[in-house]
Amino acid sequence: MIDRPARKYGGLTLPGTRIPDVGRRPSYTVEAEEGILGNCGLMGVCDEAGERMSGELAVRSMASMHDRGNGLGGGFAGYGIYPEHPDHYAFHMMYADEDARQDTEFYLARQFAIDHEEPIPTRAVRGIQDEPLLHRYFCRVDAERLQETQLSEADYVVHAFMDINSGIDGAFVASAGRNMGAFKGVGFPEEIGEFYRLDEYAGWTWTGHGRFPTNTPGWWGGAHPFCLLDYSIVHNGEISSYGINKRYLESHGYQLTLRTDTEVVTYLFDLMLRRHELPVEIACRALAAPFWKDIDLMAADDKEFYTALRTVYGPGLLNGPFAVVLGMADGMVALNDRIKLRPLVAARDGNRVYVASEESAIREICPKPEKSWMPRAGEPVIARLRGAAFGAAPQSVPAEVN
Amino acid sequence: MAEVTFTRPEFRVRIDKELCQQCGRCAHQCGWGVHKMDEETGYPVPDSSKCGACHRCVTFCPAQAILVEKNPLAYKGSDSFSPELRKAVWRQAETGGVLLAGMGNDKPYLRIFDHLLLDACQVTNPSIDPLREPMELRTFLGRKPDKVEVEYVPDGDGVKPKLKTEMDRLLQIETPIVFGGMSYGSVSLNVHRSLAMAAKELGTLMNTGEGGLHADLQPYQDNIVVQCASGRFGVHADYLNAGCAVEIKIGQGAKPGIGGHLPGEKINEEVSVTRMIPQGTDALSPAPHHDIYSIEDLRQLIYALKEATGYKPVSVKIAAVHNVAAIASGVVRAGADIVYLDGFRGGTGAAPTVIRDHVGIPIELAISVVDQRLRDEGIRNRASVIAAGGIRSSADVAKAIALGADACAIGSALLVALGCHLCQKCHTGSCSWGICTQKPELTRRLDPEWGAERIVNLVTAWSHEIAEILGALGVNAVESLRGSHERLRSLGLDQQTQEILGVKPAGIGH
Ligand code: SF4
Ligand code: SF4
Repeated sequence: MIDRPARKYGGLTLPGTRIPDVGRRPSYTVEAEEGILGNCGLMGVCDEAGERMSGELAVRSMASMHDRGNGLGGGFAGYGIYPEHPDHYAFHMMYADEDARQDTEFYLARQFAIDHEEPIPTRAVRGIQDEPLLHRYFCRVDAERLQETQLSEADYVVHAFMDINSGIDGAFVASAGRNMGAFKGVGFPEEIGEFYRLDEYAGWTWTGHGRFPTNTPGWWGGAHPFCLLDYSIVHNGEISSYGINKRYLESHGYQLTLRTDTEVVTYLFDLMLRRHELPVEIACRALAAPFWKDIDLMAADDKEFYTALRTVYGPGLLNGPFAVVLGMADGMVALNDRIKLRPLVAARDGNRVYVASEESAIREICPKPEKSWMPRAGEPVIARLRGAAFGAAPQSVPAEVN
Repeated sequence: MAEVTFTRPEFRVRIDKELCQQCGRCAHQCGWGVHKMDEETGYPVPDSSKCGACHRCVTFCPAQAILVEKNPLAYKGSDSFSPELRKAVWRQAETGGVLLAGMGNDKPYLRIFDHLLLDACQVTNPSIDPLREPMELRTFLGRKPDKVEVEYVPDGDGVKPKLKTEMDRLLQIETPIVFGGMSYGSVSLNVHRSLAMAAKELGTLMNTGEGGLHADLQPYQDNIVVQCASGRFGVHADYLNAGCAVEIKIGQGAKPGIGGHLPGEKINEEVSVTRMIPQGTDALSPAPHHDIYSIEDLRQLIYALKEATGYKPVSVKIAAVHNVAAIASGVVRAGADIVYLDGFRGGTGAAPTVIRDHVGIPIELAISVVDQRLRDEGIRNRASVIAAGGIRSSADVAKAIALGADACAIGSALLVALGCHLCQKCHTGSCSWGICTQKPELTRRLDPEWGAERIVNLVTAWSHEIAEILGALGVNAVESLRGSHERLRSLGLDQQTQEILGVKPAGIGH
């Protein structure tokens, strides 16, 4: 066991804890084989006007939910954080050793034009140990190379992401989106935030997560957010429909290597938003579908629409307790399961939309929001960057559902 | 040598004269004439050789004076040449004929369903109480598009989503249980009436089987699938349009590759009108459809039926045979909206025993390989899979769905609900329960209202049980169990069978 003394973070005093000494992770797939169960805390904040906020805000909000995690995983995603490389795919890499790094760099150099690379800056934090090698690469996709493969640019990047995660031992892509990045690891969220020096970044959207894995040692790659392209997911809950969701995704060519619910949620969003071009509020209605008893009461055309949505996306229905926050290039979406078995609170203040597992985590960084509410089961909270449209949805769709 | 039969009766029927009230009911009730009243003594004298243990007499004897027991006659033991096989040899030596049997394969092959266990939630994810929360069993059968396209239309001050994708017609059922095809002719009209009324009340589907649709059943057409089999009995344009979908029957689990034979005795006037064949003639369904000798021919028939019906869903029923995955894939590509898989335990009114007991594969394996094949080919959404042939309980339904079926069809279980005791003598046409017979004195024993109520009760009970299973699994819609092998574990299956099923052994977690 490792003793962590009581300490202060921002204005908060955090209690001391004992956490299991999980030692060094033997391989990057052990946890995947064990499965992950857990109960967690999460938050998200998005400034719809695109004004950038210090990462410290997200860290402080998560710190107030310290007790929702057990120190075995914490992480953040920030959007708008790389203004100097806004169009590059920022590969945030975790390596178990030098071999993994060399293999990955060989691979990346072959697949991409790397315009800049550097170690991800960190600072020593008590309690954070055995971190993997952390490195980031700002990559461009070579037009000629893309032509050869006949893939869309997004698919090309997804292939690379999957190749590395499933093919290179000891290498893990934490994120590979544009103007965004995931910062995650084993530790309490506020420790992870300090370790990654998030106070030195500014972004218009931040999401955060603290994990409570119940039966497995944490590992750095397994912490949230889980990312694909510009999408990032933080998730609290367990997907009881995992088996069929996974098979549904596999028949669409996704390789699910991690055996985590979060991976499934991320890929389902990718399938619906990017590949099927569904507006995000519609994708949410497919993932946390309205009940038939409610559909039966709808007007004929609505009934037709929701019946089609449910019958087509039935295998993608997320069943079981969950609250998720999806970060995207152009905003943020929070969603609860269809009978709200996990907590989720939302608030708005000016241009900013906040969501969190606990209202206190919102009030910690926004003491007096204009309004705060408890989103209903299956009803998404959507924050959109001005001028941005999700998928095919027109501008006139209300900015949030509440 | 004189006419001597070597086969001794399977059962022994005994009357307890101390209890018998000499009422004569047993003689009246038995369709096979087991009981004859002795005019002198006033007691029934049973002829055990005719008894199939259907329990009709036992059920109606007011004095509980009838004992039907297994004939204890000893045979010199042999595990390989069992008394059953010896009897078959004797019967064939006597008659020179093919042995016939009714109902499904009763041989002790491995019952895979009984080696599969379902999961449940504990602690980390909550189970759901079906008595307090909605639990959705509603299912849609038919072809679904790959994706949904949306457009936004004005709605008051704002906009709302509207469906842009053109959807094929789907069959909505309120529980993932439909009725398998049982033809009028093999079963009585009262059975058909019971099934139609029950299907309507349950919000599910009955299936005409290949004997056409009696005019009395017109009001139930939204809940009736009309079948078009190789004999094309009773098939005409109005018939094809008389249901909500059409089923092409290629094969049947109880007798894959074999045609049908309804003996002339069962072709009375009404059956003859419905089937459009002369009264008293044998109704022979050829083994293959004589216009289907390849998958292209099947495609033509599918589209001919769609044209004839204004594009109602077309189901294709095939027996589960060795190559079922490839066949099902071809059937889906040929345009079928539903693939109906019938496993080797499926029931029948009459089949050659050798075929019934030795041809085909278990439905559990067929579901799994077909579902996987359609997924691998990216066409799983193009057709629904109905699994039949050996579905005996709600647990079987839940397991079949977890293996990948959209819904299950049941037949034998429905007849059992109506009184059938699985005596396997359906082919004789003298069913004492009035189920698979056309003799008016027997068919009137089944009151359709009573029959419908029993079937509604049965399916409602199973649906409640499936809801309990879903609740324990922590999901509130049946689509979250469908194809979720992850929620199944095997107990006592060999490794290869587990791999084919895609199921891990019990004791292994995620
Ligand atoms: S039904 Fe029972 S009581 Fe009546 S004659 Fe037969 S055995 Fe006797
Ligand atoms: S339907 Fe009648 S004849 Fe056939 S098995 Fe059942 S009871 Fe026996």
